[in-house]
Amino acid sequence: MTLALMLEQLLNGVQFGLMLFLMSAGLTLVFGVMGLINLAHGSLYMIGAFLCAAVAGATGNFWLGLGAGIAAAAAAGALIELVVIRRLYDRDHLDQVLATFALILILSEGVRMVFGPFPLYLNVPDALRGTVSLGVVDYALYRLALIGFGLAVAIGLWALIAKTRLGIRIRAGESDREMIAALGVNIRVLYTVVFALGAALAGLAGALVGAIQSVQVGMGEPVLILAFVVIVIGGIGSIKGAMVGALLVGVIDTMGRFLLPRVFALFMDTSQAMGVGAALASMLIYLLMALILIFRPKGLFPAHG
Amino acid sequence: MDDARKEWALNAVLALALFAMPLWAWVANEPFIITLATRVAILAIAAVGLNIALGLGGMVSFGHALYLGIGGYVAGIAAHHAFNGTPVLGLSGTNQMLPIWALAMLVSGAVAGVVGALSLRTSGIFFIMITLAFAQMGFFFALSWPAYGGEDGLPIFMRNQFPGLNTNRPWDLFVIAYGALMLALLVFALLRAARFGAALMAIRQNPDRAAAIGISPFGIKLTAFVLSGMLTGLAGAMMADLTRFVSPAMMAWTMSGELIVIIILGGVGRLFGPVAGAAILVGFEVFFGGLTEHWKLWLGLVLLAVVLFARGGLIGLIAGRARHG
Repeated sequence: MTLALMLEQLLNGVQFGLMLFLMSAGLTLVFGVMGLINLAHGSLYMIGAFLCAAVAGATGNFWLGLGAGIAAAAAAGALIELVVIRRLYDRDHLDQVLATFALILILSEGVRMVFGPFPLYLNVPDALRGTVSLGVVDYALYRLALIGFGLAVAIGLWALIAKTRLGIRIRAGESDREMIAALGVNIRVLYTVVFALGAALAGLAGALVGAIQSVQVGMGEPVLILAFVVIVIGGIGSIKGAMVGALLVGVIDTMGRFLLPRVFALFMDTSQAMGVGAALASMLIYLLMALILIFRPKGLFPAHG
Repeated sequence: MDDARKEWALNAVLALALFAMPLWAWVANEPFIITLATRVAILAIAAVGLNIALGLGGMVSFGHALYLGIGGYVAGIAAHHAFNGTPVLGLSGTNQMLPIWALAMLVSGAVAGVVGALSLRTSGIFFIMITLAFAQMGFFFALSWPAYGGEDGLPIFMRNQFPGLNTNRPWDLFVIAYGALMLALLVFALLRAARFGAALMAIRQNPDRAAAIGISPFGIKLTAFVLSGMLTGLAGAMMADLTRFVSPAMMAWTMSGELIVIIILGGVGRLFGPVAGAAILVGFEVFFGGLTEHWKLWLGLVLLAVVLFARGGLIGLIAGRARHG
């Protein structure tokens, strides 16, 4: 185990964590402002990836595809909010889980009908191909760019929420819905905007990750579950919590898969250690989540006290 | 007819129809239909289990596939060792359904005890998510643990045996599943009518008031959660014998979702809700699955319509709203 390999895995963990943050930020905002559990958030990630792959494939330009992916996810998000989601704000969690579970079925089959049953492939843009030298390790330029992207969006999101009028309304909506409605803010429009913003972030994540894995129906659900782990660890409704949770989950998951089999190999034979290590590594973040909830039942940074 | 009578009449129709259809198929020699009815019965047992936690206790467990999978793996592992003649943890394997069921209920009950004791410290969305997390742990463990097939799953070469019946005949297997379903429904009805059920429902409706009249929520909810996991575990063992195959997919989160969907389609907290829901789900899959490969789109639309406009499910639609909805 060399230092270079360790550093590479650590960077992979950070990159994974930042993509999870893009997913989790929308999820946690929607829960924080509207009190809604949205299982269909992963479908918006899928829509972003599919539109990006299709447009990039047709035009040969990744950036056009990225724009199309974000726009499509935001539009789909706004439409879903107007037609279905706004009927669910006053319902209990069970109804929300079921209705958005139904949306997953509808959107997954819809995408399969439009794009066919086979996965699409999305190439890394030419400008970001190859590797860069970081002293001890040569690292894929595209993954490094993803880290940069993730950080830039995080800063942008922070600025949006801390510095703009829309951000003030979002924060006010999180702490007291009735009051800001009484003060003359059109709460219905605000809800649609927040939902579309979250959807755009999910679409962005899907499009970006689509270039390093295959774009297929069902790609959103594993990420969705991880994003739920992130926001539960971080404290639902808290953007800061989503950032900390996403980095924790990304790094612990990646490093666990890398290190645990090697640790077990110290006192077991290699094939057995690979099995035990892999089994334990895949459970690690869920163990972390269970532990955090047992000791801090509202997550690390509870948004409402 | 008043609503309660309508519900009982509907229950009787459902119970009879679930028996009459495979009986007809047995006479007409249509084993596929018998197997479908067996699947409905087994899924209904799993959902009756979940209905104790979700319907009576209001605990939205999004991880009940865990117990289905545990039951399945108990059956699979016992049969695997019986087939190979190798011991497991110092015991020999078995190919008898009855001890396998007992063990499946014991193990899934024990796991539900641990999961419940930890999860019930939280509530609301956190409870939903922590139960999901525990199920995901089981899913990934089964996926990456190589001893019993890992992601390839574990086949059951010889279906386990039941005294006096030939489990290789579809009709015999259906009779076993139907009998078990009726027993599970009896357990549910007795629980609901007992002081325990009254206390559980009181806690669901208003935990503060229940506490004020001297009912401690934690122990009662935990007991209900364990019973719930045990019944779903039993269904898992039977499901493994029906398909003669166990795989991590039994523990997938979509399976947990399907169990909730079954309860909602039928009617939350209703005695026969799980039976109606399982019949609708399996019927939908077979009927629309034959018409179009995109049947899940239509399932999604129906489910959405039920959640938005018909919250009582099928039984609520026919027999009116539950009195303590």
